[in-house]
Parts: sequence; structure tokens; C-alpha cells
Amino acid sequence: MGIGEIILISLAKILLVISLLFLTVAYLTYFERKVSAWAQNRIGPNRVGFKGLLQPFADVLKLLLKEDIVPEKADRIVHLLAPMISLFVAFSTFAVIPFGPEVHLFGYDIPLVVADVNMGILFVLALTSLAVYGLTLAGWSSGSKYSLLGGIRSSAQMISYEISMGFSIGGVLLLSESLRPIAIVESQSGWMWNAIVQPIGFITFLVSAFAETNRLPFDLPEAEPELVGGFHTEYSSMKFAGFFLSEYANMIIAAALIVTLYLGGWQIPYIDLLGLPSGLVALLQIGAFVFKLVAVLFFFLWVRWSLPRFRYDQLMNLGWKVMFPLSLINIIWVALLIMIFGL
Amino acid sequence: MEKKSVKRRKKDLTFMERIYIPEIIKGLSLTFKNMIRPKFTFEYPEEKFIPSGAYRGRPVLVEETNGDERCVACGLCSRVCPALAIEVQAAETEREKERYPEKFEINMLRCIFCGFCEDVCPEEAIVMSKDYELTFSNREEAIYGKDKLLVPVNQLQDRIDFLREYK
Repeated sequence: MGIGEIILISLAKILLVISLLFLTVAYLTYFERKVSAWAQNRIGPNRVGFKGLLQPFADVLKLLLKEDIVPEKADRIVHLLAPMISLFVAFSTFAVIPFGPEVHLFGYDIPLVVADVNMGILFVLALTSLAVYGLTLAGWSSGSKYSLLGGIRSSAQMISYEISMGFSIGGVLLLSESLRPIAIVESQSGWMWNAIVQPIGFITFLVSAFAETNRLPFDLPEAEPELVGGFHTEYSSMKFAGFFLSEYANMIIAAALIVTLYLGGWQIPYIDLLGLPSGLVALLQIGAFVFKLVAVLFFFLWVRWSLPRFRYDQLMNLGWKVMFPLSLINIIWVALLIMIFGL
Repeated sequence: MEKKSVKRRKKDLTFMERIYIPEIIKGLSLTFKNMIRPKFTFEYPEEKFIPSGAYRGRPVLVEETNGDERCVACGLCSRVCPALAIEVQAAETEREKERYPEKFEINMLRCIFCGFCEDVCPEEAIVMSKDYELTFSNREEAIYGKDKLLVPVNQLQDRIDFLREYK
């Protein structure tokens, strides 16, 4: 493939992924309100457009037209920078997530990733570490003590759970022997999804994903009764929209990571036994990825309305004294499996 | 003695109870069951709540099938009203009842929907209907005259049955 074709295909993929991601983030907010309403025996938004489907656009319009208030003691530049960092990290991470197998279109072999780097998972880990900056700077630059406390707690929480997340990923990497996301997905062939082979790692990664995205039951940094709004108290209109969208985009990233690393990515077990044409198989596998993503996102939303919130010391206790040893035990478990079964 | 042995402390929890996974699963299944149940939300204004006969809505004058009001303008409802919302002006008529209200006004801004006027009326001429949706644009519009207060008797049958059975 010539350089022009590579650029063109990459641009097409980027456009597709970014537009779908924006749409998914917007509709995730709608979906969250609907699911939370159902869990509370009521119907969610159903007035704006058919069954309330235009609600995200109404929300965005409202946030656009609001007055942008910056507190007097705030550091204006950093105050402006923090939601940008959050948004940047949230959307760039999606560049390395594969959402389908290789397709053969117009004579080209196109892998369905925006950037097929062979250290994809390392890129993701690096970006999630950058995400801490967004929250910390937000909390600090607001010039209010509640925001500062919220920002500090949130950054401490994210840093603590990154460790168990990294070690859980280490367990996956032992089996797949590669940091490339497509290779990780392909190593989970048949029924040997990583969720079944390393259940402890799955649970620690799941819990760490909840903690990384500041999602209940770990959302003390933005809990309203405790800290008013935490790090995003002093933000209004589009900057708040930036944090709001980046939280949901982070959720989608975490769900996509869980699907890629532990639930077999786009694979449907034993689909090649059916002998379908390869175009249809590719479509079905993309559909399988989307289905698994939606299922994990539903689980995120479901847990939010079912579990009580962790107190901050319980949260740190869990992160350091329970999740970290468990993820180490997981690595030992995987190493034992490799030794015994010679995988 | 006291039931101190019933309270279990943290070290008395079994291992499965300690990791809280059964509790989490119980919580999740409860929420999920609620998600599937049908909802009770009334989608107002397409679906409105129709109250039972015992409901005290706004007071209305009963209009017989031939178009006359039952009221004889005795003035008891006006006297008993705690909020002084009713104003009655009597006049003579050729019909059998000999008295009729020439002017009957209820100021809905003063009415407190207590139902005393309905209790005291000797002719069962004023009853509390099921109507609860009242809107006005200015204070003059809130003074309901006979035109807004007269309601045919067949629409008020629920309330009349309730009154006859319980009061």
C-alpha cells in the first residue's frame, strides 16, 4: 500500500471511530438515565423526541448556553486546561482498541484499529496515568477547599488502583506474549477467554476499572453529599460538559479494555464451524464486540444503582491491601498454568 | 438477659460473607428485578389520574336534567365557608322551589376545598367534584360564576353515591 492509501484509510477509520465515539458517549448519558430510572421503578426521559432519544442533544444545548463562571481565586489557565486534558486522554485511548477482525475491502487488508501499534496496551496504561493530571489540576485550580480535597482524593484513588490494574494486565500479557491488542484478542481463541482462565485477574481488573473511572461504588471524589461536587464543583457550562463527557468516555474505554483483554474481544467461539462467508463473519464479529461492550456498560450502570459508596479509607484499604495482593496472586496463578499446561 | 449474642462482629463473618460477593449479587439481582417490573408512572398529560368518589375536588353546583340548578339560595354554604369564598344572592322565581340564586360566585383563590359547603347543603345542590386541574390567568378569572359552576348531575353520580353511603 502506498503512503497515500495508508493516510486515506487511516483518515477514514479516524472519522468513523471519532463520530461513533461521540455518538456513543452522548447516548450513554441517555442510557444511564433510562437504566437508573428503571432500577428505581420509574421511566426515564421520554419527552424529547421519540422515547426521549433526542435528550442528549437537549443536554448539550443547555450546557452550551449556560454562563461560564470562573471563581475569583482560580488559576484561569489551569482551570481551562484541566477539562481539555481529561477529554484528550479519554478520546485518544480509543485509538488502539480493535473492534473487529481484519477486513478485506477493495483489495486492501484493513485491520479494524485506528492505530495498530505493537505496544498498544502500554499506550493505554500511559494515557490512564495522564488522566490523573486532569482531575488533580481541576481540583487544585478551582481555588476552593472542597474541590482541592476532591481532586486530591481522586488522584490518590486513581494512582492506587492503577497498580492492581497494571498487574492484572500483566497476567493477561503472560498468556498472550505480546502487548499488541489484536494479538491479545487472538490468543483468547475458542472458549479460553481470559475471564475464565484467570478469574481473579478479571475481578481485580473489573474493580480497578470502576475505581479508575471514578464510578460508584468508588465515586467519593465526586459524591454530592460528601464533597458537594468534588473536583468539578466550580465548573459550569462547556468545561463541566468536558468533564461529564470525559467521564463517560472513560467508562467506554474501560469497558472496551475489559472486552478486549478478558472477554475475547470480537471473537465468537466456534464461528468458523458454521462456514459462513468471510464478509458476514466479519460483520458478526463486529456485532459481537458491540454487544459485549454494551453488556459491560450495562453492568457498569447496573452496579452504580445497586451498591453503596465506599468510604475513603475503606477504598484505599481495598486498593492496597486487597486488590494488589490479589493481582500478584493472579500472576502466580497464570504462571502456574503456563508451567503445568505449557500454554 | 439482653440479646448481645445476636449482634455479630466483623471477625464472626464467614469467609464468603467477608468478601461480600453474595451480598453484592443479592443487591444486583434486586435492582435487576425492579428493572423488569412494570412501572406505575402516569404519563401526564396523556394519562390523567381519575380519583375515586371520596375525592374532594373543586365545588360545583348540581344541574338537573331539565337545566335548572338544585340550589335554593338559602345561604348556608356561604355562612359556613371558613375561607369566605362563596357569595350568594337570592331572587324569586315562578318554579316550585320559589327561591333561586340570581348570583352564585365562588372565589377559587380563597376556596380551601374543605367540603363544608357540601356537608351543610340541605338540597344536595353543591358537591365536591373530581376536578383538580385549575388554571387562571388573572385574579378576575378566578371568581367562578354560575356558568363555570353548573355541572350536569350524571357526571357527579360517583360523589353523590359516596355522600349517600357515608355521610
